[in-house]
Amino acid sequence: MASTATLHGADVHEHEHKDNFITKYVFTTDHKTIAKQFLITGIFWAIIGGLMSLIFRLQLGFPDMQLDWLRPFLGKWITDAGKLDPEFYLALVTMHGTIMVFFVLTAGLSGTFANFLIPLQIGARDMASGFMNMLSYWFFFVSSVIMFVSLFIETGPASGGWVVYPPLSALPQAVSGSGLGMTLWLVSMTFFIASTLLGGINYIATVINLRTRGMSFSKLPLTIWALFLTAVIGLLSFPVLFAAALLLVFDRSFGTSFYLSEIYIAGEALPNIGGSPVLYQHLFWFLGHPEVYIVLLPALGITSEIIATQSRKPIFGYKAMIISMLGIAVLSFVVWAHHMFVSGLNPFLGSVFMLLTLVIAVPSAVKVFNYLTTLWKGNIIFTPAMLFSIGLVSFFISGGLTGIFLGNAAIDIQLHDTYFVVAHFHLVMGSASFFGLMAGVYHWFPKMFGRMMDEKLGYIHFWLTFVGVYLVFFPMHYIGIAGFPRRYYSFTSFDAFNIFADLNTFVSIAAIATFGAQLIFLFNFFYSMYRGRLAPANPWNSNTLEWTTPRNPGHGNWEGEIPTVYRWPYDYSKPGAREDFIPQHIPYSATPESNLPHENEKIEEEKEIEKLPVDDQH
Amino acid sequence: MIQISLILGGLLILAIVLLVYRLHTLVSVIRSSGKKKVSSSNKINAALMMVFLILGLIFTTWYSVKEFDTYNLPVASDHGIITDRLFWVTMAITGIVFVLTHILLFYFPFKYQFKENTRALFFPDNTKLELIWTIVPAIVLTFLVLYGLKVWNDITKPAPENAEVVEIMGYQFAWRVRYPGKDKQLGEYDFRLIDATNVSGIDFRDKSSFDDFHPREMVLPKGRPVELKIRARDVLHSVFAPHFRLKMDAVPGMPTRFWFVPNKTTAEMRAELGNDEFNYEIACTEICGRGHFSMRLLVKVVEPEEYDQWFSEQEPWLSRNPEYLSQVPDDLKELAMIKAELSEVTID
Repeated sequence: MASTATLHGADVHEHEHKDNFITKYVFTTDHKTIAKQFLITGIFWAIIGGLMSLIFRLQLGFPDMQLDWLRPFLGKWITDAGKLDPEFYLALVTMHGTIMVFFVLTAGLSGTFANFLIPLQIGARDMASGFMNMLSYWFFFVSSVIMFVSLFIETGPASGGWVVYPPLSALPQAVSGSGLGMTLWLVSMTFFIASTLLGGINYIATVINLRTRGMSFSKLPLTIWALFLTAVIGLLSFPVLFAAALLLVFDRSFGTSFYLSEIYIAGEALPNIGGSPVLYQHLFWFLGHPEVYIVLLPALGITSEIIATQSRKPIFGYKAMIISMLGIAVLSFVVWAHHMFVSGLNPFLGSVFMLLTLVIAVPSAVKVFNYLTTLWKGNIIFTPAMLFSIGLVSFFISGGLTGIFLGNAAIDIQLHDTYFVVAHFHLVMGSASFFGLMAGVYHWFPKMFGRMMDEKLGYIHFWLTFVGVYLVFFPMHYIGIAGFPRRYYSFTSFDAFNIFADLNTFVSIAAIATFGAQLIFLFNFFYSMYRGRLAPANPWNSNTLEWTTPRNPGHGNWEGEIPTVYRWPYDYSKPGAREDFIPQHIPYSATPESNLPHENEKIEEEKEIEKLPVDDQH
Repeated sequence: MIQISLILGGLLILAIVLLVYRLHTLVSVIRSSGKKKVSSSNKINAALMMVFLILGLIFTTWYSVKEFDTYNLPVASDHGIITDRLFWVTMAITGIVFVLTHILLFYFPFKYQFKENTRALFFPDNTKLELIWTIVPAIVLTFLVLYGLKVWNDITKPAPENAEVVEIMGYQFAWRVRYPGKDKQLGEYDFRLIDATNVSGIDFRDKSSFDDFHPREMVLPKGRPVELKIRARDVLHSVFAPHFRLKMDAVPGMPTRFWFVPNKTTAEMRAELGNDEFNYEIACTEICGRGHFSMRLLVKVVEPEEYDQWFSEQEPWLSRNPEYLSQVPDDLKELAMIKAELSEVTID
């Protein structure tokens, strides 16, 4: 289903083998098709996850609304009084979080662009293991099917929040979603973790081993650095989530007490003694925090590439960008307990994690300043991808700054688990990464489908979404400062939270409008796939290697030899050069007019590079 | 009938939109054969950047000022005043950064929008600049860290010896409050002793528990340190008292605590806000199931003398539920009866 569009391009390739429909579009080992499979599945999940948020926004914004009209879809989850069932409300927020974090922003973003860009930008015929790559998608597919099925079962899907803290998630007596729904959640996540690991191993192996000749690590585009580090983070953190989930399975099904202790529920005292719910939180956040960077780094990598290209300027501080990303990657593993300042954690441990958390703000600040300097004195072309990249930087700043509040344990006492947190992570992680995904799709659509997306629709989509996202999430800061707790079905039980009904209504309307704006994108995406204007091979005058492939790269990506790489990817607007871009495969010996003094010395090295065998990777 | 015509009307509009769109694309294909590098949309987008920046800043400032009293929750504890100050100091610093970076982020694209026959500046790095914006944020963050650590360490240090101890237990979906009684010692508890009446599982083998009492709402003395001993009976809960800037998870199997000094009585707060209905509240902030949003507990802060008076008038739980005397070991029965203010007659 993923990519019928490539049907249009006649795949002419020296190694053309006869593919049938199944091997070409379903069980394919071609990284480009697998990328499209991830993308389409991610879009499907984004629609589901988005619709869920609209339903609970209806409840929050219009608490008196009769929801009988939803009964055909939600059945018994609409009560006889025409209201949303409070447990289903919790299931909705749980599944919205799970779907968006894992299925859309991990698989949909990293899965799509790591698969698509790594071989194309480093100059490889395909991934190191095409078969593992295929398995990676199909494990994700199985995981998706199981999660999807869990939406329709009698007791409802998992409903303990996306973090599924035990004991709530361990005890079906506590909430009905912790029955079969939670079992399916755990099974689904197990497949998902397997998928991520298979993909991650492949990305790392490919980046390390299959770079074309001349493509040293110091010449890699920042997208590849970002995707590479993302894969490393995922490989180190997802197994810990697996451990956490496995122990939870034991507690749920085999009577162990890893997380359970001294519980009296539904009229009986449970036999479990000695477990610790806080242990689960440590294990979960050991993945959970790096996960934030797993979704964010690819987006930052994509934007670095797009902002440089469309400003027609080198990215400012290429080395500083890499060092910041390395710093973020390392620090992301030692800040997890800032999610647990008020969990009963030893306050001293709280101090340590607070210190480390605020340290991570430094590399993030460096990245923002580098983006701003890249824009300075550019010659900026506003493609939709560029607009989404600028939007991402804005969200990254807004959401990043509120992180300084939450990372400060003393302030977090008040703000923890309020709407301030909801505003914070929806901006810095959710919307920023989503904008990275959108920017990537607009930018690489011509290489994916050989056609251009409509720019004007892209502009409308951007402005509606950008304004919409701020209208949805900015007001939540006020609601959060006022102390409104998250995951509340209704705020009328408390005097303190019985204000801001108007603001909540406003947020809900903005959310519906923003979701509506995504329909423009969907139309543009699928329409352009078949009827868009034919794309030139290098529509953005970009330097990276993927634009040296034919309009519709076939199996193996380049028809002849893979190009050799001589320079870094950001030679835009170089003084003296004829064009305002010099692609990576142009040797310095061919551009004497624009070489900087130290680059003339590199002409000697080019002969060394050319002596290397052309690694045709067949 | 209306539905059908609505659907037909919708389809018609959709068809027209699609047709217009197709025409627009075809026209633009013909037009762009003239080959311009960027379309006129570039200028519009650049201008919209400034429009967004200016309107956004005006609107945000206006709303933040206008609604300040709505979202700024009044504070009623000693440490709350300090964390609020830290909050607003952080707000000032991040606010400045927010505004400055956003001005640059939207002004640069406007100023440096594409112009024919100009070239961008080739400016790949500058060590001095990069060092500056690594070191300056590092210094500012060091200040915030040190300030925050000081506050955090003060708040989380052990409670003073003379603190009033109050136990609060979360369960689906309410809170249970227990005071130590006249001996000022909370009795032991055991989750296996919980039943429909003994909701929090008080262990009557411990003599400290004989005079413990469970009021319906939490009453606290103004100006005295109060230590909350927090626990949960079934799943995670979290004690959140917004006006006291207090939050701590309630964890089954792992007691937690939080101490603070309430510094405004309910009456004073009512006068300050001009709201006779005002009450301090405790809410739950850890998802705990169906009734998560309704775990409300009222808190009443009174003058210390009134508190002592109230405290001495409370009846021990055991004296209201004398049948639990059977759980008291024989050698402690007499003591239990004295502490629970029970007379011989009640037992027989």
